[in-house]
Amino acid sequence: MLNLKIERQPAPVWLRTLIPVAAALATFVLTSVLLVLARADPLQAYYHFLISPLSSQVSALEVLVKSTPLMLTGAAAAFAFSTGYYNIGGEGQLYAGAVAGAWLGIVLKGVSPAIGIPLMILGGFIAGMLWALLPALLKVRLNVDEVVTTLLLNSVILFIVSFLLNGVWRDPVSQWPQSPEITMGTVFFKLVPRSRLHLGFIIALMVLAVMWFILNHSALGLRMRAVGQGKEAARFAGIDVNRTTLIAALVSGGIAGLAGVGEVAGIHFHLIDSISDGLGYSGVIVATLGGLNPVGVGLSALFIGLIQTGAQSVSRAMNVPVYLGQIVQATLLLVTLALLFLQNYRVSRRR
Amino acid sequence: MEMKGITKRFGSVIANNQIHFELRKGEVHALLGENGAGKTTLMRILYGLYHADEGQVWVDGRPVQIHSPRDAIQAGIGMVTQHFSVVPTLTVAENLALGREGSPVYQPAALENQVAQLSRHYGIPVQPGALVRHLSVGEQQRVEILKALSRDARVLILDEPTAVLVPQEVEVLFEALERLCQAGLSVVFISHKLHEVMAVCDRITVLRDGKVVGSVEKAVTTPTGLARMMVGRENFGVTRQGERAASQAVLQVERLSARNRKGLEALHEVTLEVQAGEILGIAGVSGNGQTELSQVLNGMLKPTGGRVLVGGKNVTGLPPAQLSAAGVGRIPEDRSSGVVAELTVAENLVLDQLDVFVSGGRLDRKRINANAQTLIREYQIKAAPEDRTRTLSGGNMQKVILARNLSRNPQVVIAAQPTRGLDVGATDYVRSKLLEQRARGSAVLLISEDLDEIMALADRIGVIYEGRLMGILPGKEATVENLGLMMSGHPLDQIASEREA
Repeated sequence: MLNLKIERQPAPVWLRTLIPVAAALATFVLTSVLLVLARADPLQAYYHFLISPLSSQVSALEVLVKSTPLMLTGAAAAFAFSTGYYNIGGEGQLYAGAVAGAWLGIVLKGVSPAIGIPLMILGGFIAGMLWALLPALLKVRLNVDEVVTTLLLNSVILFIVSFLLNGVWRDPVSQWPQSPEITMGTVFFKLVPRSRLHLGFIIALMVLAVMWFILNHSALGLRMRAVGQGKEAARFAGIDVNRTTLIAALVSGGIAGLAGVGEVAGIHFHLIDSISDGLGYSGVIVATLGGLNPVGVGLSALFIGLIQTGAQSVSRAMNVPVYLGQIVQATLLLVTLALLFLQNYRVSRRR
Repeated sequence: MEMKGITKRFGSVIANNQIHFELRKGEVHALLGENGAGKTTLMRILYGLYHADEGQVWVDGRPVQIHSPRDAIQAGIGMVTQHFSVVPTLTVAENLALGREGSPVYQPAALENQVAQLSRHYGIPVQPGALVRHLSVGEQQRVEILKALSRDARVLILDEPTAVLVPQEVEVLFEALERLCQAGLSVVFISHKLHEVMAVCDRITVLRDGKVVGSVEKAVTTPTGLARMMVGRENFGVTRQGERAASQAVLQVERLSARNRKGLEALHEVTLEVQAGEILGIAGVSGNGQTELSQVLNGMLKPTGGRVLVGGKNVTGLPPAQLSAAGVGRIPEDRSSGVVAELTVAENLVLDQLDVFVSGGRLDRKRINANAQTLIREYQIKAAPEDRTRTLSGGNMQKVILARNLSRNPQVVIAAQPTRGLDVGATDYVRSKLLEQRARGSAVLLISEDLDEIMALADRIGVIYEGRLMGILPGKEATVENLGLMMSGHPLDQIASEREA
C-alpha cells in the first residue's frame, strides 16, 4: 500500500493565487485529447482559441460583446453566493428580464431614448427580481432548498417565452417565432460604431463596481458575508439572516434580469426563445472562477467571452464543432472546483 | 482489550494524554466525562478513525496495529456512532449483508433468515424484512449493533447510545446489553449521564481534560462520587470577594420551558432571578438543559412557555438584536457560533451593531479599526484587527466575544460555558472579567459544567437536572456533597428534609 496520508490543511496563499492559471493549463491538457480525436493540432487550435480573437479589432470587440451578459449573470450568481444563497436561476431571471424588455419595447412605441432606456433598465431589473421572489420566499419562510427551486423555474419560464412567441407576440412579418422589433427609443446605443458593443457593457461594469462597493464598503455587504460564512454566528450577532438572504436573492435576480434586457435591447432587438442559450448557467462558472469577487468576476467573464469567441474561430479555421467551446468551459469549471476543493488538503508521506 | 499510554494531539490541544484503559471479557465498561473530555477521541482511536500519536492497543495480550475501521473489525472491535451508517431505503437484512454479500445471487429470504437467527441468538429484537427508513431511532440503533455483531465483534463501542432514544427504548437497549455480556462480549459505553452509567455498567472510567481521573467498580461508588470526579478543574485563584447585600432583580425567568432540536422537552418550568451585582451559577452534568437555557436567553431558541424579564421588561422570545438592545450581553456556549470565523477580528467586533459604524451609507473602516484597536488593547486579545478570526486561539476568540458584549456595559450577562476548553491563563482572564461585571452591578447568569468554577464565582448556585431546577442555594452553603446530590437528581428541599430526619 502507498504510505501516504491526507491531512486537512489549507494551501499557502501563493499557491491559492495560482489556481486560475493551473486550472486553465489543466483544462487545455484535458481538452486537447478531444482535439486530437477530432484530428486537429491542439496547439494550433489553442492559438485560434485564445490569440486570434484578440488579433483584430472587430473580433476583440466581439469578445467584449460576449462578455457583457456573462459579467451580469456572473455578478448575479456571485452576489447571491456570497450570502450563501445558491441561486442557480440566473438563466430564468435573465429570460424574465428579456421578456420585460421585449414588452416595454412594444408598449413604449415612439418614446424618446432618454426615457425609454432608463425604463428598459428598470423594467429588466424588476422582472428579474420578481422571478427570483418565489424561491427566495420559499427559502426564508419554509427553508426550501433554493438550488432546486431556482433551477426548476428556469424551465418554467422557457415555456412562458415559447407561449408568448408562438401566440400573442408572434411577429407577423417573420416566419420565425420571435417578438416584434422593439421601438427605436428603447434600443441600447452602440459604444463603437459598426460593432455590436452596446450600452449593456457599461451597465455591466457599473454593476460590478456597485457590487464591489456593497460587498466591501457597506453594512449590507458585511451582513451578507457574515451570513454566507457563518449563518448561526451571524444570527447570534443579531443579524436578520432572512432579511439579508432575501435582499441578496432579489438583487441577484435583478442583475440577471439586466443581462436579459441587454441581449434584447443591444443585440437582437426582439425576443427569441434561444436568446440566452445557457448564459445564466455560464454565470455560475464565471462567479466560481472569479472567486465571488467583482474584479475576479469581470476578469473571468472576459476569459469565458474569449473562449466563446475563440470557439467560433477554431470552428471556422479548423472545421472543429463549435461545441468545443462549451466543452472547454465546462471542463474549466470542473477543474476549478476540483482545485478549490483540493487546496484544503495536503498529501504527505506517513511517518 | 487494553489501551496503553494513548496520547492524541489536535494542533496544540491534547485530547488524550497518556490514557490507560482496559476492558475485561463480559463487562460493560463506562467511559464517563464531560463534553470535550476525550471520550470519543479515545474510542475513535480504538476503532481506527483517528491515529494515536503515542501508545499501543493490545487485544488478547497481543499488540495490534489499527489503521482503519477495517483493521478494527478484523481485531473484533465494532462501534456504533451517534450518527448511524445504515441505508434507509434497504431492509434490515440487506443492511446487514452490505459489503459482505456471500453469493452473487440475491436471496432475500435466506438473508432474512440469517438475520432472524442472529437476532434470536443475541436477544436483540429486529424485523429483518422491514425497511430501515420505517424504523424508529431505537430500532435503527439495534440494527447497527447487530451489524457489528454479525462481523464477529467481541468488543462493542457505543458512543452516547441513549442520547437519541426515548426512555422506553433505553430500557430495551439496556436489556440487550445485559444479554450480550452474558454471551461473553465486552461493551464500552460512552456517556455523560450518571444514572445510566450506574444502571448498566460494571466498571466506570472517568476522563477529564484528556486524562484518566480514575477507574472504579460500580459497587464501590455513588452517582455523587462520580459527579465529583467528572466536573471541576484546578482552581486558578480567581474567586469572588466579599458578600453582597440583596438588591433588585434585573433578570427574571418565570416558568420557562423549551424543547430541544429533536422536539423533546429540554427545559421544564425553570424559575429563577438574578439581582444586580450578583453572579448566579447554574451547575449540572452536561446535557441536562443547559444548552437550551442559554439558547433561549440568547434569543436563539423560542421557548414553549414562560417569560423572561430584563429590568422588568418582557423580552420573551425576542430575536438576538433586540435582546442586545435591551441590555443583555450574550456569551454563547459554542464559541465558534459566536464569531464568523472567515471575517476579520475588527469586523466581528462590530457585527452586532453595524449601524453605529456606518457614515454616509458606507462602513466607516477607520472607526471600525479604531474600535478594534481599543478593544484589543483593553481585552488583551492577541491579534491584529485585520486578522481572520479563524486564526485565533480559543481563548482569544472568547475574548473577542467578551469584548463585543461587555464593552457595551450590559445590564445582564448570560455566560454559557465561558471557559470550556480554554487554557489556564484565558480561563483566569474570563473569570476575572465576569467578576468585573458583577462589581459593576451587572446581573450575571453563569451556566457552567465546571463545579469549581461555579463555587469560586457564584453568589448563589442553582442546579439543573433533566431540564428542571433542583433548587438554588447561597454559595457559602454549597458543598460538593449537596451539589453532587442535586446534580444526580435530588431536589434541594428533599435533601434538606432528609437531613432533618
